[in-house]
Amino acid sequence: MEDRPLSLVARDLRKSFRRDAKETVEALGGISLTVRKGTLTALVGPDGAGKTTLLRLASGLILPDSGSLTVVGLDVAEKPQAVQDRIGYMPQRFGLYEDLSVQENLDLYADLNGVSPAERRTVYPRLFEMTQLGPFKDRPAGKLSGGMKQKLGLACTLVRAPELLLLDEPTVGVDPLSRRELWEIVFKLIREDGLSVVVATSYLDEAERCEHAVLMHAGEILAEGPPAEITAKADGCCFLVKGPEGVPARSLQARLFALPGVVDAVPEAGRVRIVRRPDRLEEPLTLEGLQLETEPTGARFEDAFMMLFDSVAGERDHTSPAPLAASPENAADGTVVEVRDLVRKFGDFTAVDHVTFSVRRGEVYGLLGPNGAGKSTTFRMLCGLLPATAGTLRVAGNDLLKAGAKARERLGYVAQKFSLYGQLTVGENLEFFASAYGLRGNRKKERIATLTAAFELERFRDLPSGQLPGGFRQRLALAAALLHEPDILFLDEATSGADPLARRQFWGRITALSEQGVTVIVTTHFMEEAEYCDRVIILDAGRNLAEGTPVEIRERAVSGKTAPSMEEAFIAIVERERAKRTEKAA
Amino acid sequence: MIVSLLRILTLIRKELLVLLKDPKSRASLILPPILQCLIFGYAATYDLNSVPYALVDQDRSAASIALVAKLEGSGIFRREGTFARMTEAVPQLDARRALLIVVIGNGFERNLETGVPAPVQVIADGRNSNTSGIAQSYAGAIIGDFAAAWRAERGFPAAGVTVSTRAWFNPQLETRWSMIPSLIGTITMMMTMMLTAMSVAREREEGTFDQLLVAPFTPTEIMIGKAVPSMIVGITQASAVLLVALFWFKIPFAGSFFTLYAGLALFLAAAIGFGLFLSSLAGNMQQAMILAFVFLMPFMLLSGLMSPTENMPAVLQYLTMINPLTYAIRITRVVYLEGGRFAELLPDMLALVAIAAVTMPFAAWMFRHRLN
Repeated sequence: MEDRPLSLVARDLRKSFRRDAKETVEALGGISLTVRKGTLTALVGPDGAGKTTLLRLASGLILPDSGSLTVVGLDVAEKPQAVQDRIGYMPQRFGLYEDLSVQENLDLYADLNGVSPAERRTVYPRLFEMTQLGPFKDRPAGKLSGGMKQKLGLACTLVRAPELLLLDEPTVGVDPLSRRELWEIVFKLIREDGLSVVVATSYLDEAERCEHAVLMHAGEILAEGPPAEITAKADGCCFLVKGPEGVPARSLQARLFALPGVVDAVPEAGRVRIVRRPDRLEEPLTLEGLQLETEPTGARFEDAFMMLFDSVAGERDHTSPAPLAASPENAADGTVVEVRDLVRKFGDFTAVDHVTFSVRRGEVYGLLGPNGAGKSTTFRMLCGLLPATAGTLRVAGNDLLKAGAKARERLGYVAQKFSLYGQLTVGENLEFFASAYGLRGNRKKERIATLTAAFELERFRDLPSGQLPGGFRQRLALAAALLHEPDILFLDEATSGADPLARRQFWGRITALSEQGVTVIVTTHFMEEAEYCDRVIILDAGRNLAEGTPVEIRERAVSGKTAPSMEEAFIAIVERERAKRTEKAA
Repeated sequence: MIVSLLRILTLIRKELLVLLKDPKSRASLILPPILQCLIFGYAATYDLNSVPYALVDQDRSAASIALVAKLEGSGIFRREGTFARMTEAVPQLDARRALLIVVIGNGFERNLETGVPAPVQVIADGRNSNTSGIAQSYAGAIIGDFAAAWRAERGFPAAGVTVSTRAWFNPQLETRWSMIPSLIGTITMMMTMMLTAMSVAREREEGTFDQLLVAPFTPTEIMIGKAVPSMIVGITQASAVLLVALFWFKIPFAGSFFTLYAGLALFLAAAIGFGLFLSSLAGNMQQAMILAFVFLMPFMLLSGLMSPTENMPAVLQYLTMINPLTYAIRITRVVYLEGGRFAELLPDMLALVAIAAVTMPFAAWMFRHRLN
């Protein structure tokens, strides 16, 4: 493998961007990297690590300040067009024409790339076979699900058979099933065509499947090598911890995450998986005077990732949250959200088909399902943004579509897409939403100050919110939704596109809120995030497939394999139900 | 009530911030109306000067020469050429080198002196009916004046009837005088309707409209929060056009500013109501833009800006009655040129109130019910 030709060679690459007249940001601070032909390389790292900048440099869209970059044997700075003719680059938001059909989009990209009719006859059938988009040739791209759009984007990128494929976060906003299909396409291309692929991702399980992983942080390479080698750095440091009875895993996780000797903590099947600092393994693990039992477990790539970042990220906030308390659900004081036989039809299409569930006060409830399963539709109906076709729904005793403005005061809503005023600054947005919810005078000032501090938004106060880096937009959206201290919080894919570190911070906040009695309803494509929920419901094709605690969901999916991950359980349940349905149809 | 008012203020503040924050968008609100007003003022005029004409003088007498001198002395007509025969002059008209052919018939002078009708023929190019008609009537008037003067000089009795004309309110009958005051309404309508139609559509597209609907705003509050900022922008634009009319074109203002602004405020309410109505129909900015264009053109044509509404077919006359611009143009012309008082414009004002009272509540209702 070592003697294979090189697809990409970077030597001491540097690139800075000017944010405004005063400030320049160093995106890459001297990166050296080689990618061998026919391999899959993953770039992982938090937001602002420089992954996208590296990919854009490699595709010749921007020029480096210094250093050299050779792609498919050509100097990118000298011959950007020649390089672009031989590579494929799929940016985070691929430019599909929403009003054009699948076939028309593909034709357009084939035209743009000068693919001859003869070549098309061989390339098209293969692309349609790989992406399984054949039956949807005439559907407008705008009407495809998130996963199908990404597959079409990939097909458009592959239309002229590139030698090197650069993918920037191709699976953001894509459900686990489509994600798996997308990866199968990529693997097939490497295997059969000897394609080289560089993919930037914040899904660490994706990086684990690559041959070469590059961990980036603040424009520099922190570690690189085969994922197994990197994972080995966390060997012997990973444990599963079980908390006292009746304490939600996320509450225990939040406290453990705050302990000085703990690098990482995530809930897993009702327990908490922790990674301890290698130099503090000898100390007993105590929490609030209580010694906790730990059971060693195998390391994963993510554990090593967190460990490496802990060593450079500087001191994390180790102030412990409030003392551990039993989950408020034990002191259950009623149902907050009730949905009964909810139906929503769009013409002939049934988006939500007799869904029933209820959420208790202080619960964290997850709506899971593939793209197009009806999660967002259910969500919009709950928030009063969409009328139901049939069935009843009550949020704090009201139907929000019909109830007056008063009822909506208790609600916080974070939409799937960033939906604050992009032209207004961070401060102006907060000011507006505070006033919208009736906060005035000192109370308003105090709440804005509290949330600006809690979400570390001070330094962006005067920046138009449209110019915020992705992770901070998410924070601002959440901050704006929390200003009025809502009793019920609706979060629609609020962590889509957020890096692993940001996701942990985000869930830390959600945990703290739920401990204060706030009811939280979330949708997510990250199945490990479902572990933070008290209960989840899995929807597919608008119907309820399974409901229960994460542990129950796993148990329901068990088939031979002893401990499926949440993602495996999810895929198993959805596929089983789909098979049943096609059987019935046949 | 007070809470509701505070929420509306919050919305207005937000809207104005979004509109006025950026210097470029500030300029784009105030410069186009001024530019449009200047362009309209100079370009849209029916007043004629140096109209090319071909002369066929078959009489070649002192009288015919005096008539030609009178025609050309007016400054309105410019001779393209003199031809002996009609057949030679016709190609001039065909090739659009001349707009009129003036034929002074054989025996013009003799007939004038003997009191027999003297033949002068004015042939106009009907392909450009509007301009030709005006040129024809100018020529007719000049020729009539000439004949009367000629006969008076020589002691012939004057014709039985002499018509003396005066144009009131606009003594020189300058198109600009009637055009510019109408622009106060027309230009602001174009700008504010676009602005409101786009603003809700933009919020829908960017998802911020959902945030407003989820927040404790009532549809009425959202509607007022959208209407008032557009109104402020509209009044500012109208004032800019008014200033151009007063100080650049120096058209004397005959009426009261109070009546004018009262009329403008009602007109803007009606126009913004239409804008919001279109906005509530549109799903995205592109649709809103197209809808606004589709409606603006008929609004302009059916307003009496270009052609009097009285001459339109009955069906179209009914349509002019639901067009806010019809009333705005009437109000601005009457107040500006005639000094019309509030009381006599009351019917127009009430019509505007009625339009706003239909479009605005409908738009507010659509905010929540356009949830597909």
